[in-house]
Amino acid sequence: MAELNILEAIRAAMDEELERDPNVMILGEDVGKKGGVFGATDGLWAKYGGKRVLDTPLTEGMIAGAAAGAAIYGLRPIAEMQFADFVYPAFNQIVSEISRMRYRSNNAFGLPMVIRMPYGGGVHGALYHSQSNEAYFTSTVGLKVVAPGTPADAKGLLKASVRDPDPVMFFEHKKTYRLFKAEVPDGDHVVPIGVAEVARPGRHLSIFCYGYMRFCALEAAETLAREDGVEAEVVDLRTLRPLDTAAVLTSVAKTGKALVVHEANRFGGFGAEVAAIIAEQGFEHLDGPVTRLAGPEVPGVPFHHNLEDWFMLSPAKIVEAARTLASY
Amino acid sequence: MANTKVAELGHKALGLTDADVLAMYRQMLLARAVDERMWLMQRAGKIAFIISGQGHEAAQIGITWPMRPNQDWMAPYYRSIASAITFGMTPEDIVTAHLAKGDDVSSGGRQMPGHYGAARYHIVSLSSPVGTQVLHAVGIAMGAWVKGEDVVAITSFGEGTSNQGEVHEAMNFAGVHKLPVIFVCENNGWAISVPLDQQVGGLSVAARAQGYGFPGVTVDGGDPLACYAAAKEAHKRARRGEGPTLIEAVVFRLTSHSSDDDQRRYRDSGEVEDLKQHDPIPLFAGRLMAVGLLTAELDEQYRAEVKAEINEASKRAEARPEPDVAAAERWVYAEEGDG
Repeated sequence: MAELNILEAIRAAMDEELERDPNVMILGEDVGKKGGVFGATDGLWAKYGGKRVLDTPLTEGMIAGAAAGAAIYGLRPIAEMQFADFVYPAFNQIVSEISRMRYRSNNAFGLPMVIRMPYGGGVHGALYHSQSNEAYFTSTVGLKVVAPGTPADAKGLLKASVRDPDPVMFFEHKKTYRLFKAEVPDGDHVVPIGVAEVARPGRHLSIFCYGYMRFCALEAAETLAREDGVEAEVVDLRTLRPLDTAAVLTSVAKTGKALVVHEANRFGGFGAEVAAIIAEQGFEHLDGPVTRLAGPEVPGVPFHHNLEDWFMLSPAKIVEAARTLASY
Repeated sequence: MANTKVAELGHKALGLTDADVLAMYRQMLLARAVDERMWLMQRAGKIAFIISGQGHEAAQIGITWPMRPNQDWMAPYYRSIASAITFGMTPEDIVTAHLAKGDDVSSGGRQMPGHYGAARYHIVSLSSPVGTQVLHAVGIAMGAWVKGEDVVAITSFGEGTSNQGEVHEAMNFAGVHKLPVIFVCENNGWAISVPLDQQVGGLSVAARAQGYGFPGVTVDGGDPLACYAAAKEAHKRARRGEGPTLIEAVVFRLTSHSSDDDQRRYRDSGEVEDLKQHDPIPLFAGRLMAVGLLTAELDEQYRAEVKAEINEASKRAEARPEPDVAAAERWVYAEEGDG
């Protein structure tokens, strides 16, 4: 097993998929010679050439739309949005075209394609390099939405996304890129889309999370166990759509208490859907209010480090919310 | 005598035979007959909505004529009824789609009429936000370029749509990599109710091509042979690896924008009256007759054949099954066993 960080795992997944299938290609801004602004595609341009690892003009709509056309033609494009914050010019293509193509053509056209997007704050990126905008996409029927939180999942889920017959929005929390290294199984490691993982078992309350929040929730669970004797179960959703509803309900049935954590703002966020599912389908198991811990209701992450620290969720904030819920 | 007259049409210099130009004419008649039948069925309450291609037939048939069936691809727009026929859609396919029947090849009754598409004919499924399809054609051309395959993608849109950002993004990218794609602007002068001079700064869509590094040509969209010549050259350029061409075909929209629109509210009555003189079908018939290729008898024969064809197509289409509500949730995503 190799010890990789998330960025290296993502790069390895793309390298292996380019190697495995001649129909796989990458397109995006600065993905070529430079290897991407974060280095996710570093070395791939030299290895696979400028057509399969293609630098595009600064046109996000084109990146998504041309990827859709290429997928119609039979390729399996991996499109990179340089930052999730810059995806909006492509919104028309993603929502009007990419998500609906299979349904509107009565299954004549499917779009096997991936849109990779670095998202999230905590890297001094301010309002336009820090957004967690997954809810726009989780509420769009026809898309799959994936948000890994470990190197093994980043690699395995990206490989599954490339091979999936439908469009996948692949959210990579940029703060996790080099945050830690962990073991990634050797060989063709594929993690199925739509399956959550119990990252830490527990019996007093469930913490539902994804992406960087898995890291924070595990630290919080450690503190809760040490200082409070509270055993929190950390459930990493990994895929937001299709959501592993069974895993969510199984955990709630076990603990009776649910804390949903995400960095995106609360109102209308993905946590609202998780909370609603628990309320509708897990009501009889509940022993406390379904609780959401989310980013504040401001339009973006403000720049100054005091302001950014105020915005960001952290292990300490999760501990605080979990204590309140646990004592209910 | 006849030979002298035929030479005046100039089709042989373009590599077209007498039979070719007659086939083009007959297809114009067929597209018109299908279109007119849609209006009749809409008026009779059988079809909810119709968006017409009347007046665009010469441009569409001339421009799509050089495309190779089952090899080249088209991303059409909502007036592409004649283009869809060139690419293989049958009158029955088109009537079936307008009736939103369950086995309609475009969408199985899920989309509004005029949203042409069919994988089996290499026609990309179309949506309603205008201009999105232009990027799909460019993506197909990019795919062919990446794979080194001999495929040309063609896409069409109106002059109103030519202003969309995605259209500029598509053209710029295609220009950068000299992708094998043909952009066709069917400029009928009206974006629903807003005229060209309120839509296009500079008044020429073709002129914009210069900024993207490829040729833009303006052709008389009422002349199928001029359109054919431009498209044939564009197709050759694309196959030679020389990149895209933008063809602006100047046409006349003979009908209102759609069955929900009344163009007398915004077009002068004189202009509306005058439209008949710009109908490409009698114009082309006149030229074919002048050179002795088409006779009144042959014209009658074509019209009778086309009428029989659309009658039969309508009858068969109407008998097709309605969509099954039980299947309304299918194919949001691929299902087990889908290829």
